[in-house]
Amino acid sequence: MSGGNGTAGIGGGMAARVPETAGRAAETDAGGAPVLDVQGLRTHLFTRWGVTRAVDGVSFAIREGETLGLVGESGSGKSMTALSLLRLLPDAARIVGGRIMLDGEDVAAASAARVRELRGRKISMILQDPQTALNPVFTVGNQLRESIAERSRRGGERRSGAAVQERALEVLRMMRVAAPERRLSDYPHQMSGGMKQRVVGGIAIESHPRLLIADEPTTALDVTIQAQYLSLLKEIQRETGVAILFITHDMGVVARMCDRVAVMYAGRIVEQGGIRELFDNPSHPYTQALLGSIPRMEERAERLTAIEGQPPALFALPPGCRFAPRCPRAWEKCEAEYPPEFASADGQTAACWTLEETWKPTSC
Amino acid sequence: MEADVLLRAKNLRKHFPVTEGLVLMKTVGWVRAVDGVSFEARRGQTLALVGESGCGKTTTAKLALRLETPTSGSVEIEGRDVHALRGKELRDFRAQAQAVFQDPWSSLSPRMRVRDIIAEPLVVNKRVGKREARERVAELLEDVGLRPEQADLFPHEFSGGQRQRIAVASALSVSPQLIVLDEPVSALDVSVQAQILNLLRDLQERRGVSYLMVSHNLATVRYLAHEVAVMYLGEIVERAETDALFRRPLHPYTQALFSAALPARPGARRDDEIILQGEAPSPLNPPSGCRFHPRCPFAMDVCAETAPEWKEASPGRFVACHLH
Repeated sequence: MSGGNGTAGIGGGMAARVPETAGRAAETDAGGAPVLDVQGLRTHLFTRWGVTRAVDGVSFAIREGETLGLVGESGSGKSMTALSLLRLLPDAARIVGGRIMLDGEDVAAASAARVRELRGRKISMILQDPQTALNPVFTVGNQLRESIAERSRRGGERRSGAAVQERALEVLRMMRVAAPERRLSDYPHQMSGGMKQRVVGGIAIESHPRLLIADEPTTALDVTIQAQYLSLLKEIQRETGVAILFITHDMGVVARMCDRVAVMYAGRIVEQGGIRELFDNPSHPYTQALLGSIPRMEERAERLTAIEGQPPALFALPPGCRFAPRCPRAWEKCEAEYPPEFASADGQTAACWTLEETWKPTSC
Repeated sequence: MEADVLLRAKNLRKHFPVTEGLVLMKTVGWVRAVDGVSFEARRGQTLALVGESGCGKTTTAKLALRLETPTSGSVEIEGRDVHALRGKELRDFRAQAQAVFQDPWSSLSPRMRVRDIIAEPLVVNKRVGKREARERVAELLEDVGLRPEQADLFPHEFSGGQRQRIAVASALSVSPQLIVLDEPVSALDVSVQAQILNLLRDLQERRGVSYLMVSHNLATVRYLAHEVAVMYLGEIVERAETDALFRRPLHPYTQALFSAALPARPGARRDDEIILQGEAPSPLNPPSGCRFHPRCPFAMDVCAETAPEWKEASPGRFVACHLH
């Protein structure tokens, strides 16, 4: 796994690494160890009003070159999950259980110093709003160079100013920024939203991370710019084999970008599977309702099936299934006991009592 | 057809000055936000203005509501020029045309009770007494799916979807003929969006209200709109009945926009996918000829020189493109 960790990538240019990693990506697809393996992650917020179970037993894995979509509504815990992976939690939040295995190393248990080394090198993140991700008083080149130089330093390597500058240009070219020489001296406000998000993406991907967390990266962008950005991310993934955790509330983004998808509701993953299976055969009532409530471009729906009611408050969760109060198919058992996870023949999993008869229980 | 036109915009223009200097504000240029836009909105139907940010769709909606004064051109409601109304006529217009905005967190005053928010247009525009207003508020709350006893609460006690219901109730209070919907669901969660879209559709059926909808989300446009006008850089490039437009977009920009929109399901992509290069130019200095020509995959020499005329490609379908 020598090429896999971030340090090896820093010295070499993009082009030199491509064949090696691309080849390896294909290998691991056939069944290697996942880049990220999250098991039973629980992150709680300790507030004056009590404990909020923001992430409450979440498990998923992502392989090299794979994109997992994490879908859910606001408050479902998807962003809190992402922040847990980076250990960038707000003061009130603590990881209270579970493991975050990144290439076999538990991020949840790592020291603060070790986590700082991982951030931006083995795990990178792209945030929703490029306007706030970049510092308005420094030029784009300045911010790019800073992170490149900082990462080389941490990797135990010194780069000359000229080498750093060259690498910054290379990154902008990789992100398809037109006239990169000129753009380096621009301030963020001189760039459009799409351009800024390219810079942010460039900073994230520059260190050849093993895992890229993209938290609604295109929500603030226009549709045609969103299409450009998504296809650029795909292309970079093909070249580098980076594993992507794509957080979104938009099923359309999932349909275009992801290989697999995990649906979150009130702090837990309720259903997980390949996108084909999940879109064709949604098995958890929440996933079904979610897909039914989205208007489609392809045809004019007679009527959308809205999900009545609101998600439960996370500090006062019902004892049973959290979707039960809004679920059209709930019965007593659903309100009394949280359902275990069941798996279908083709590996789709869902936590719902309605599947007890037809699907097999999973081990966890 | 003429009789059922409620709102008509004729060659509408709005140019904003770009100034330099703090004291002697010298005009150095003009942002041509809306540049010669014409459309009709029919009674009981929905006209959607779609386009990307900066295309002028929101400014157009503001002009229709008389929240901006046009540089030239006119907006007529039932044959009367909206921008020439004075006194009682103007007050009547304010009751005739209402709006629901994108973000129910900022569009509702946090210091007013729901009752007062909903009754405000009624009291201001219709001079309705307290007692009558109270009764109307109860009815309106039920109309939008809330409970009458919630009238005494404050906006912060409601979720996003419920707040948007309050905003809709407030707009409905004066029984308007036209409601401008500016991205009415894009700030809401997916499962809640469907509730509001269904509500808007039901209300239109029950009350025969017209919507002028501004949106970048093509799927919601398909669900609500009867007719769609596609805007690019301050101009309408194509206008057609919704189904016809979605079945076969004519203008290359419309095609690109539809192609960029995400499919509802994996694999539902078309082969003729177009990913536009570059970004929309500045409306400060729009390109010559057809404004879309620098990004257009089918651009010809003529496109850079002369602006295409507005043509009726087939009955009810209008497009401004040299290809058609």
